Amino acid sequence: MKTLRLAFLAPSVFLLVTLFLIPLLIVAVYSLQSRGAYGGVTLPWTFESYVRIFDPLYLKILWRSFWVASVSTAICLLLGFPLALFISRAGKHRGIYLQLVMLPFWTSFLIRTYAWMFLLRDTGLINTALIATGIISEPLPLLYNDFAVILGLVYGFLPFMVLPLYTNLEKLDPALLEAAADLGAKPLTALAKVTVPLCRPGIAAGSILVFIPCLGAYLTPDLMGGGKSIMIGTLVQNQFTTARDWPFGAALSLSLMALTLGLLYFVSKRSGGEDLL
Amino acid sequence: MRLLSLYAVLAYAFLHLPLLVLSVFSFNQSRFTQWEGFSTRWYAQAFADPALREATLNSLLIGGAATVLATVIGTLCAYALWKRKSPPISSTLYLSLMTPEIVTGVALLAFYQWLFHFLNLQLGMMTVIFAHVSFCLAYVVIVVIARLRTMDGTLEEAALDLGANEFEAFYLVTLPQLAPAIVSAALLAFTISFDDFVITSMVAGVDSETLPMVMYATARRGVSPILNAVSTIIVVGLGVLILASERLQTKS
Repeated sequence: MKTLRLAFLAPSVFLLVTLFLIPLLIVAVYSLQSRGAYGGVTLPWTFESYVRIFDPLYLKILWRSFWVASVSTAICLLLGFPLALFISRAGKHRGIYLQLVMLPFWTSFLIRTYAWMFLLRDTGLINTALIATGIISEPLPLLYNDFAVILGLVYGFLPFMVLPLYTNLEKLDPALLEAAADLGAKPLTALAKVTVPLCRPGIAAGSILVFIPCLGAYLTPDLMGGGKSIMIGTLVQNQFTTARDWPFGAALSLSLMALTLGLLYFVSKRSGGEDLL
Repeated sequence: MRLLSLYAVLAYAFLHLPLLVLSVFSFNQSRFTQWEGFSTRWYAQAFADPALREATLNSLLIGGAATVLATVIGTLCAYALWKRKSPPISSTLYLSLMTPEIVTGVALLAFYQWLFHFLNLQLGMMTVIFAHVSFCLAYVVIVVIARLRTMDGTLEEAALDLGANEFEAFYLVTLPQLAPAIVSAALLAFTISFDDFVITSMVAGVDSETLPMVMYATARRGVSPILNAVSTIIVVGLGVLILASERLQTKS
């Protein structure tokens, strides 16, 4: 029994250690070293990269990332809650409705982002249609700004919000709502006073599952944001490519990782650990 | 309730219309966003493009290799974790799932560059394949373990009582029952591998440009009708794989 178990676990442990944990450890080491002349890292050891994160220039980018991720999360919650509620009340078709939410999620993130570029750009479908019908004469600046980034993120991560909300709503006892109605609560009152408070774990889980990927997003701000809409993901990527400042990129990555861990810990405490694994 | 249904129609339109519209316009005669009649010329051009063809071949090779490795390794891992839990391994898998892609990408790049100090290698197909195996692994484990949890453990006990050893019980009794879940996990892993851009772009070399990398480069320059056609093919192709995967999951 023991040897079989070891043999079965060995390849995945080896994989996780060499291709996940050791790379993270290397990033941690690099974040404490100095920048090499031609990229890479060199001695001496220093905390300088972490101090630089607090440079106003970078704080501004971090602040913008937080702001964009928070707004996207809030919008996902507002859009996702009614949708999850609809699915949970859809009777025997629930499975299909849920699949319809998840299906676009499994199709390439790149293509979904590109689809919005196709719709939003100056000569895109929306502007072309509006100009053709004479509603506007100049194209609206829909792409390459924060609005576009938030739209792209909401579109990309809405399923992450709907899924935990739905799981939560599905478990609620319908008798609670009947009781509220018997006691004279109107449907909206019952929703606000019974359903929403009982959905707190789902709301917390969904919000964090959306917030984390939004905060670290790279593709959406890169393709849909303008030159001014830089977020943490782009900053990290820049340090490892064009800027060739690996220690700073490593320090940023590790900070992002620490934040992710903290948020995950928080949600696993709150939701009582809906364990997938 | 009627208001809620109306809202749901709008929400589903929001989720599905962008891809639908893109697909419709991939059949547009004109290269601009004005409809000028049905045409398959962009598909013909996409198939004739040598760069797209090579990138597609790379993506299929990488996806195929990464899928086989991740599925075998992940299935064994799921089985072992089902027999007895291991919080450190589960947490690490979960963490690998939630790590921002760009962080995984730069960490793998840093790791490979460090490794190349000792080994005479360079970024290429192998580095991409191993990166893909590492991020597909958690998905495989989740799908397979979900199926294992619904299975009857007493069948294995019966096999053991009848004289099978541990491995035979796994191989002859549990594995056949797991087959649909394993195929489902493999389809999912392939989809994720085929789609990945962020991590791949960090660890790819000159010989391993994948389809999403070529598509990204084109999208950065703006919208192209050929890209609309390629996107449509991928969305339909991977959509079929995902539906098949989900079908197998619910059936089992």
